Amino acid sequence: MATLITSRKACTVNPLKMSQPIGAVLAFLGLDQCMPALHGSQGCTAFGLVLFVRHFRENIPLQTTAMNETTTILGGMDNIEQAILNIWNRAKPKIICIASTGLTETKGDDVDGYLKLIRKKHPELADLAIVYVSTPDYKDAFQDGWARAVTRLVEQLVVPASELHHKKNVLGAALSGLLQVNVLAGSHLTPGDLDEIRDVIEAFGLDPIILPDLSGSLDGHIPEEFMPTTMGGTTLDDIRRMGLSRMTIAIGEHMRPAALALQDKAGVPFEVLDRLTGLAACDRFIAMLAELSGNPVPNKYRRQRGQLVDAMLDGHFFFGGKKIAIGAEPDLLWSIGNLLAEMGCEISAAVTTTHSPLLEKLPAAEVMIGDLEDLEQQAQDCDLLITHSHGRQMAERLDIPFLRMGMPLFDRLGAAHRLSVGYRGTRDLVFEIGNLFMADAHEPDPDSWVPPKEESATTPAASH
Amino acid sequence: MSALSSKIQEVFDEPACGKNHGKSEKERKKGCTKQLVPGAAAGGCAFDGAKIALQPITDVAHLVHGPIACEGNSWDNRGAKSSGSKLYRTGFTTDVSELDVIYGGEKRLYKAIREVVEKYDPPAVFVYQTCVTALIGDDIEAVCKAASAKFGKPVIPIDAPGFVGNKNLGNKLAGEALLDYVIGTQEPEYTTPYDINIIGEYNLAGELWQVKPLFDKLGIRVLSCISGDAKYREVAWSHRARATMMVCSKAMINITRKLEERYGIPYFEGSFYGISDMSDSLRQTSKLLVDRGAPADLLERTEALIAEEEAKVWQRLEPYKARLAGKKVLLITGGVKSWSVVSALQEVGIEIVGTSVKKSTAEDKERIKELMGQDAHMLDDMTPREMYKMLKEAKADIMLSGGRSQFVALKAKMPWLDINQERHHAYAGYDGMVALVKEIDKALYNPMWEQVRKPAPWE
Repeated sequence: MATLITSRKACTVNPLKMSQPIGAVLAFLGLDQCMPALHGSQGCTAFGLVLFVRHFRENIPLQTTAMNETTTILGGMDNIEQAILNIWNRAKPKIICIASTGLTETKGDDVDGYLKLIRKKHPELADLAIVYVSTPDYKDAFQDGWARAVTRLVEQLVVPASELHHKKNVLGAALSGLLQVNVLAGSHLTPGDLDEIRDVIEAFGLDPIILPDLSGSLDGHIPEEFMPTTMGGTTLDDIRRMGLSRMTIAIGEHMRPAALALQDKAGVPFEVLDRLTGLAACDRFIAMLAELSGNPVPNKYRRQRGQLVDAMLDGHFFFGGKKIAIGAEPDLLWSIGNLLAEMGCEISAAVTTTHSPLLEKLPAAEVMIGDLEDLEQQAQDCDLLITHSHGRQMAERLDIPFLRMGMPLFDRLGAAHRLSVGYRGTRDLVFEIGNLFMADAHEPDPDSWVPPKEESATTPAASH
Repeated sequence: MSALSSKIQEVFDEPACGKNHGKSEKERKKGCTKQLVPGAAAGGCAFDGAKIALQPITDVAHLVHGPIACEGNSWDNRGAKSSGSKLYRTGFTTDVSELDVIYGGEKRLYKAIREVVEKYDPPAVFVYQTCVTALIGDDIEAVCKAASAKFGKPVIPIDAPGFVGNKNLGNKLAGEALLDYVIGTQEPEYTTPYDINIIGEYNLAGELWQVKPLFDKLGIRVLSCISGDAKYREVAWSHRARATMMVCSKAMINITRKLEERYGIPYFEGSFYGISDMSDSLRQTSKLLVDRGAPADLLERTEALIAEEEAKVWQRLEPYKARLAGKKVLLITGGVKSWSVVSALQEVGIEIVGTSVKKSTAEDKERIKELMGQDAHMLDDMTPREMYKMLKEAKADIMLSGGRSQFVALKAKMPWLDINQERHHAYAGYDGMVALVKEIDKALYNPMWEQVRKPAPWE
C-alpha cells in the first residue's frame, strides 16, 4: 500500500546500493570449490573482495580478467581465456563463474560467444563447469545480480529428471526425489539463517539442497588444508540433481525467476515464500513442510512457537507506535518491515536500492529508491534506524538507536551468524529490537509534564 | 596522444625514481606498471590509488563519476582520521545509469556538482573519472572547468580511470592533479623558517598526530601534509614550505620532485616507523631547514629531543625484549613498509624470516639487504598457499600483513597483525613503536591460542 518514489537527484550521497556484479559474485561464493571472477578491470574485483573480507572476516576467493584500456577496446576474449586457464592451473576449481561489469558491458563483449570458442579450443577443460552471467554495474543492484546469477546456475547446470534417469538407477532416483526439496535462498539470508532453514527442513525428514549455500562456504569453519577456491557450499552434483526434487522452495521474491527457470528446465513445482521472519510467516513455512512430508510438527518447533508468542506478548509494549527508518534491499526491507509493522511500529522512512513487486505492498506510506541521504532526511523524528554499517555516521547525527542489518556489516563481529528467520530467529530479533527501545527510554524528570509556555500570546514585556 | 596518456608517460618517466635509473629509454617508456595476469592478479586499480591518495583531504567533496560499483562498493572504508571536517567520509557518486551510458554522463555530472555545492558548500570538489565514463568519452575536464566558472570554486578533475593501471599509478596521477590545479593557488597567512611539507602520509589511525607533537616541540610547523588530515587550503599553499619530507616510498615522488623543481623546496625520503627511522627523519628535517636559513640551534635542539625520546622509548620497550627476542615474523607488505618495519622490529630482537618485496623499489630492496643480511628472504610473489604452509609449519610465529591475507594466518591458527590501511592502531613515531611491539606481544601471548590449537577430545 506504499507509494513508490524514485529519487530524482543527479548525485547519490552516501550510497545504500552496491553493484550487481558483486551480488552475482556472492551467489557464486555459495558453490563448493568455485572460483568466481569479474570480467572487468582489477579494481572491480579488489573492491568486492575487500568488502566481503570485511563483512565475513573470511578469505574470499575472487579473481579478475584484469582488463585494461586496450584490451577493453579490442575485446576481452584473450583475457577471459587466459583467466580461465590460469585459474584452472593454479586453483583447480570444479567451477569457474564469471560476471561481467560496467566496463565490459559498455564495450559489449559477447562472453557467451567467447566461451563457446574457448571450449572448442581447450578440450582439456571438459570437466570444468563454466557459468557466465551478464551484470552491468550501471543497472539494478546487488540483489538483482544475485538473482541473475542463481537463475543462470539453474539454467546451465540443472539436469532434467528425464535425462538423469537414463544414466542412473531409475527407482533409486525416484525414491530420493520423494524426500528431496530444493531451497533457492535469497541474498538477504545469512549463513546462520541457512543453517536454521536446513535444520527445520531436516527435522521433517526431508533432504534439502540449498542453492547458493553460503552456510557451507562462509560460515567460518577451519579447514584442514589451505584451498584457493571456496571450501564448502552447494556441490556441482547437488545442483545437477535438483531436477529430481519434489518441489522448490524459493525464499525471497527475487528468487522467483530462478524457481521459474527450474520449473521450466526440470518440471519441479515451486512455492515462493516472501519471508521467514515473523510468526505468521513462520507458521506458513512449518505448515507447508508438515504437509509436504506428511510428518507432524516436531515438538521442538511447537515449543519455539510458544516462545515467540511469549516474546511478542512481553515485547509489544515497547514496539507500539514507534517510528522506524529502514534502508535495505527490497527483500530484507520486506522481511524486517513487516515484522515491525506486525509488532505495532510505523515504518515512517523506507529507502531501498532497486525495483521489486514487493515495494508497493509494503506497510508504509511511501517507499523510495534512493540513498542514505534520502533516508537521513526522512528519519529525523524516528525512534530506530535499521540499515547496514554505512548508517553509522547517520545514526550518530540523528542520535537514535541503530540496528545493523544487511550488507556490509564491517564494524561488528558475527555478521555471518546473525539469525533472523524461523521462530527462534524472530524471537531473538524481537528481544534485540525491544532492548534497543528499552535502553533508549527517557527517564521522567519534574519538568516532563510541565505544559510548554504559551508563545506569542503575550509579549515579553507583558509578562513582567 | 591524449592528455591522459601523455600524463601517464610523464609519470612513468619520473627522473627521481630509483628504478628508472637502471632502465633504458625504451624500458622507461614502457612504464613501470607490471602487465597484469588475468586470473592471477591482485590489488586495486588506478582509481582506487587516486582515491587513497586524496580522500584524506578532509573538507573536500570527493565525487566519483561512474556506475555505483566504484563508490558504492568501497566508500568510507579507510582509516584516515580528521581533526575537523567529516565531509571526506561522505560518499558522493553520479551512480550513472544505462541511459547515461548511452547518451553520455556529462550533464548528470554537472548537475551532481551543483547539488554538492548547493547542499554541502565545500571549499573544493574533486571529480574522479572511472572506466565506464572514460570509455564513453565523458570529458570531465571540460565539465569541471565549466562548473568551476559557474559556481566560483575549484572543481578539480582527477583523471585516473581504473583501467589505466594499478594503485601506484593512481597515486601518481592524483599527485599530478594536485600539481596542475591545487598547489600554488593560495597563500598562507604567514610563513616561518620552520615550515615543512609531509608528503605521502595519510593519517591512518591518526598516525600524523603521533608524530606532530615531536615537530611541535622543535617549533617545526607542518605547513601542509599531503594528504593526511589536510584541508584544501593547506594543500594549495604547500609551495611555501621550506623543506619536504617524503613518506611512503615513491607513491607521491612526482609531487615532491616538482615542488623542488618549481619552487626550490628540497626534500628527503624518510619514515616514521621505527626508532632510528623516526630520529633520522627529525634530524634530516632540521638539517634541511637549517640549510635553508633556519637558526642553527635547531640542530642541537633536535639532537636533545632525539636523545630524550630515544631514552624514554627504550625504557618503555625494555619489558618486551625478553618476551619477543627470537620471535619469528613473516612480513607481507609493500614498498616502504617492508624496510622500515624490518628495522623497527629488529630493534626489539624480533627475527624477520621473510618479507615481501612485490611493491618495493630496487632501493627498498637494498635497504632490506642492509638490514637483514645478504641472505634475506625476499619474497617476490608469495602465494597464500605458501604463506599458509610457512605458518602451519611454524617457520614463523606471527604474520604482519594487510587485511585481505589475514585469514591465511588465522586459519592456520597463527597470530596476525594488521599493518595496512584498514588498521585500527597507530604505529608511527616513538609512541607508535611501543604500540606496535605491544600489539605483537598481545597477539603472540593471548591465552586463547593454546585452546584453539588443541584438537577436539574425540579427534
